[in-house]
Amino acid sequence: MKASRRDILKAGVLAGGGLSLGLQFAGGAKASVPGALSAFVIIDPTGSIRITAHQPEIGQGVRTSFPMMIAEELDVDWAQVTVVPAPGNRQVYGVQLAGGSSATPTQFERMRRLGAGARAMLVQAAANKWGVPAGEITTCSAMLHHKASGRSARYADMAEAAASIAPPKPESLTLKDPAQFRILGTRIGGVDNRALVTGKPLFGIDTRLPGMVYAAFAKSPVFGGKLKSANRAAALAVPGVKGLINVAERRDLKTQIDVGLPGIEVLPEGIAVLATSTWAALKGRDALAAVWEGGDAAFQSTTAWEAAAAKAFKDGPQKPGYMNHGNAPAKMATAAKKVTADYSYPFLAHAALEPINATAHVTGDKAELWLSTQTPEDARRMVALALGLKVENVTIHLMRSGGGFGRRLMNDFAVEAAVIAKAAGVPVKLQWDRAQDFAHDWLRPGGWHKLEAGLDEKGDIIAWHDHFVSFGADGALNPTAVIDGSLFPSGVIKDFRADVTVLPIASTLGWLRAPINNAFAFVTQGFIDDCAIAAGRDPLEYRRAVLGTPRAIPIAEEFSGETGEAMRGTPYNTGRMRGVLDKAAEMAGWGRKLPPCRGLGIAFHFSHLGYFANVVEASVAGDGSVKVHHVWVAADIGKHIVNLSGAENQVQGSVIDALGAALGQRITFAEGAVEQKNYGDFHLARMDMAPAVDVAFLSTDYPTTGLGEPAYPSLAPALAGAIYQATGKRLRTLPLDTSQLTA
Amino acid sequence: MKLNINGKSVDVTADPDMPLLWALRDVLGLTGTKFGCGAGFCGACTVQLDGEPVRGCQTPVSAVGTAKITTIEGLSASAWGRKLQDAWLALDVPQCGYCQAGQLLAAEALLRTTPKPTDADIDAAMSGNICRCATYTRIRAAIKQAAAA
Repeated sequence: MKASRRDILKAGVLAGGGLSLGLQFAGGAKASVPGALSAFVIIDPTGSIRITAHQPEIGQGVRTSFPMMIAEELDVDWAQVTVVPAPGNRQVYGVQLAGGSSATPTQFERMRRLGAGARAMLVQAAANKWGVPAGEITTCSAMLHHKASGRSARYADMAEAAASIAPPKPESLTLKDPAQFRILGTRIGGVDNRALVTGKPLFGIDTRLPGMVYAAFAKSPVFGGKLKSANRAAALAVPGVKGLINVAERRDLKTQIDVGLPGIEVLPEGIAVLATSTWAALKGRDALAAVWEGGDAAFQSTTAWEAAAAKAFKDGPQKPGYMNHGNAPAKMATAAKKVTADYSYPFLAHAALEPINATAHVTGDKAELWLSTQTPEDARRMVALALGLKVENVTIHLMRSGGGFGRRLMNDFAVEAAVIAKAAGVPVKLQWDRAQDFAHDWLRPGGWHKLEAGLDEKGDIIAWHDHFVSFGADGALNPTAVIDGSLFPSGVIKDFRADVTVLPIASTLGWLRAPINNAFAFVTQGFIDDCAIAAGRDPLEYRRAVLGTPRAIPIAEEFSGETGEAMRGTPYNTGRMRGVLDKAAEMAGWGRKLPPCRGLGIAFHFSHLGYFANVVEASVAGDGSVKVHHVWVAADIGKHIVNLSGAENQVQGSVIDALGAALGQRITFAEGAVEQKNYGDFHLARMDMAPAVDVAFLSTDYPTTGLGEPAYPSLAPALAGAIYQATGKRLRTLPLDTSQLTA
Repeated sequence: MKLNINGKSVDVTADPDMPLLWALRDVLGLTGTKFGCGAGFCGACTVQLDGEPVRGCQTPVSAVGTAKITTIEGLSASAWGRKLQDAWLALDVPQCGYCQAGQLLAAEALLRTTPKPTDADIDAAMSGNICRCATYTRIRAAIKQAAAA
């Protein structure tokens, strides 16, 4: 770590100074440094304007977009702003969470008011000094002006006086008319971009501390497995290996804070290898040749699960009528035509490019950690619990994450590092290798759907029935594998019934980019295509009919919020969806004539408060290989796009990420363990796969919402639709088995 | 042993088998070169040896010899490197940014040998480098912008 960055971290964590905007807006106190107007805004007497970026940065651009919100209302130029990092500290900064695409919808107003509040304090300070009414003072580019008297001052000149003024009540502040925005809605490059292109240390894995040792941790690849034997002497003989630490299993650490799942299930038993380099630690771990036995998950097998799902489809569901809206069976009995199809999708790993790591230093009753995490407060509390420390004695340095995708909502790695570091007595950087990242992930669960729809004489859907098979424990679906009233077609198709069968799993399941939705969109949008084709109708026109008249459909009370994501329990607005559907179709030139073996597919999906539709143009070669040429995306995430550059990047990346998943990603289990070990058997999208992606944002009169996830789900079904148009073959299993497409 | 890193001769004390990736990161503190997969699949550890992009995780430090090593920390010494960095900033390429060092080292090698790359050239040169955030649209555009600069 460079000293300058650590100094900034220290400045950010200082608390004191009594009442402040920080306290009122964030629940904490402002930094006791000169010119600190809140924990978020520090106007240095030298003129530098420091804005705190408190949210975990995992690539969603929040270290840029949040300071933009503050800077806009503070009325400074972006070029005048220096963005400074914050440690994980909920008391000072409020919620710090990179998950659920929740940051923008829940904090957009708050960030703006933090900026407006700091501006109001500066204005009041100038009013006091000049003896003029505050209402006569205007601001621009970090300057204060009083037109009548011709007086002007820099923010820097008023900062000290402003810092001693009682912060205004948030509700008393007037926010800018969006027509006056000079920063929001423009294209601002990421604040860390220069550091990234010159290789500066930013990520958790880049942490280096004096006296630090490197650690690798040998643990069972089967969840809950026990150590049978290990060659400790061989490990200690590896050059660079300094020692071994036995880690005992603990099952008393489950804590559930912000993300609807415990951040650790089990601290696994195993052996930590301490060494003078990561390489020596990993080599020492391999030299242990540890043998494991048993484990809660030893029964797990993809083959057995597939057989169990097929049996459930044949024998009937465990939980018939799990969800019942309207009267699907009665409507089904009146149908002029019935359509059936089976869909399935695999487990998925997050496979973030920065392999899981954590650096910890435990001294006496204090612990300090450097983490790439999406949930620093969770890490703090879990480490406190694991080590028996007070929460306030645990310091989390919030590092940039080399990808999150939901994996770093969990903090099992932080607990491992803390426990190992406590035993080691020196700073420890724990490094998982890629195989461990796959073996100990919190996976997106796989699932199977047996669908039946009833169509009326015109071919419109009048009843929808889904037998959903997925995973859980004790006969209950895992929170990451729910089917509930917030998910299409619930509400849109009035007569909808879902039966459920739960297959047992012991391995950890978790949230992966647009969780639940990333699987359901493939199923529900694919099945709409099936119905459209059975009805002899165009997929676009058919979707318009499914959506019907523009209306807001309330989510069924009894199922909303089951996942702990209250955000998902909002009305489903068919008008907003129609808007993006029509826009995507227009962008793509839906209906145009295409060369042979080339097709267009269309799909829409609502998740994380965002309405998305996309059209995929793909061709299929004689060997079955699929080439995606172009994707057109229309998005409605409300009134404002915070950072147009970051927003487009998120959508393009989501679409290409989803393309990689649709064509090449599948996690399987054998003898209890994940079979995939590296990117050679779990294929991420690469440059030669990446199509052009055009993005259009519709501005609608709704609150601004998040963008890390909702562009992902609708890609796979649109791709399957394009392949169908190109070949006449419908693929209903992810990843798409293109070998079925050979001419 | 002595290594030539970014134009400077550096003494390195490391096991000869240690991959260059870990010698750079852990022994020398040059953490700009990233660990991604440890098996040559992802390209996050891409550095250049005498201008050729190689996988740092697959190159034992003893195999480097007198070859000149270029890492992300030394990219600015190259005219193409600076053009690429400028294009990367202008087009706001990164999302999480973790892969970008490897992407830039691979792109610099491409432009030095192929100053006006076609899409096919870019596909061929860049498909060994995974961007988990899938910023490929902008990586492609930035390479073209640097080529035109």
